[in-house]
Amino acid sequence: MERSVALIALFAALIAVLGLFPSFMLITGVPISAQSLGVMLAGTVLGARRGALAVLLFLLLVALGLPLLAGGRGGLGVFVGPTAGFLFGFPVAAFVAGWITARWRGVDLSIAAGAGALLGGVVVLYAFGVGGMMVFAGLTPLQAITALGAFIPGDIIKAVVAGLITRAIWQARPGAVLSRAR
Amino acid sequence: MLAMTLETRSWLHALPAGAKMAALALAVVLVLPVTEPAIIAALVAATAALYASLGAVALRRGIRLLRPLWLILAIIMAWHLVLGEARLGLVICLRILALVALANLVTLTTVLDDMMAVLEWLMTPLARAGLRTDRLALVVALAVRAIPALALKAGHLREAWRARSTRRAGVQTAVPLVLIALDDATHVAEALRARGGFSGPARK
Repeated sequence: MERSVALIALFAALIAVLGLFPSFMLITGVPISAQSLGVMLAGTVLGARRGALAVLLFLLLVALGLPLLAGGRGGLGVFVGPTAGFLFGFPVAAFVAGWITARWRGVDLSIAAGAGALLGGVVVLYAFGVGGMMVFAGLTPLQAITALGAFIPGDIIKAVVAGLITRAIWQARPGAVLSRAR
Repeated sequence: MLAMTLETRSWLHALPAGAKMAALALAVVLVLPVTEPAIIAALVAATAALYASLGAVALRRGIRLLRPLWLILAIIMAWHLVLGEARLGLVICLRILALVALANLVTLTTVLDDMMAVLEWLMTPLARAGLRTDRLALVVALAVRAIPALALKAGHLREAWRARSTRRAGVQTAVPLVLIALDDATHVAEALRARGGFSGPARK
């Protein structure tokens, strides 16, 4: 119990700190932040339930008024803006990433975690992001996907990186990767 | 170091946090179906007046908080112009502007403790259902404390990387950072257990 609470608190903090990292640029010139990498890792390392709870705690801190989103954004305003869908999708993304990492046992952890991060942190997350754009920005799904398209390559790279990091964590602290705990 | 709340007190700071949040929720529900540009433009003007009533500092902060929005609003507007739906584009852009500015206003004028109090009140049904909601305050405090501590260690990792390499620190520092977070969590868990842990009865 204490361990779960501490892990959830520390991973919420980790997601916040990864948002402080200066965003790096792809060849396309699109800035990408490491924050959603933190969301993916919460799922692939902590597992579905604890990962989703860590992300919810992070979002709670943002809603309470801490400027923890990449670029120093925060407060209640970000939850009604055009990109709010991504925030609502964050916990679901972590849950799906963790669920797949825990279930797909037959392959190398980097593959399972990478696939989980890809399905949760890209496919599911963008579904929510597109939904948010439809509600708050009045775009059709196709328009929203076109507007967001430039960010998708960066997020696919992040999912692959999340898989590799998860395996590295597992090699360093086998007991800490709860998504693979027996 | 954190928190977005305006330091200068104002009449909006004095209002109960629950009332401000309820008003915000009501505004969101009421504004989403409105399609008349004049009404939403009036709401934007009223919001700006609210900011102005708090002073020039609040107005400047409010405008700065909206900065990440301009690009997205420009894209949305351009899109609707191409489709020949200028009126709809205007409605959508003004609506986003008004709602985000109003929500930011609540955040700017409500201190963290008051926000927590509203949250705890919202969760009283869960507490009645037997969920230990009193633990939430502790978990929030743990995370808030962990952020500057972890950020400091992340800074050390980046400096160490710079000392070794001419390339920019990238994902290479992410693995040790996650390990630090995991190890910190182990220490925090031990400290919690040493102080009685979560096995005791609910605080009254």
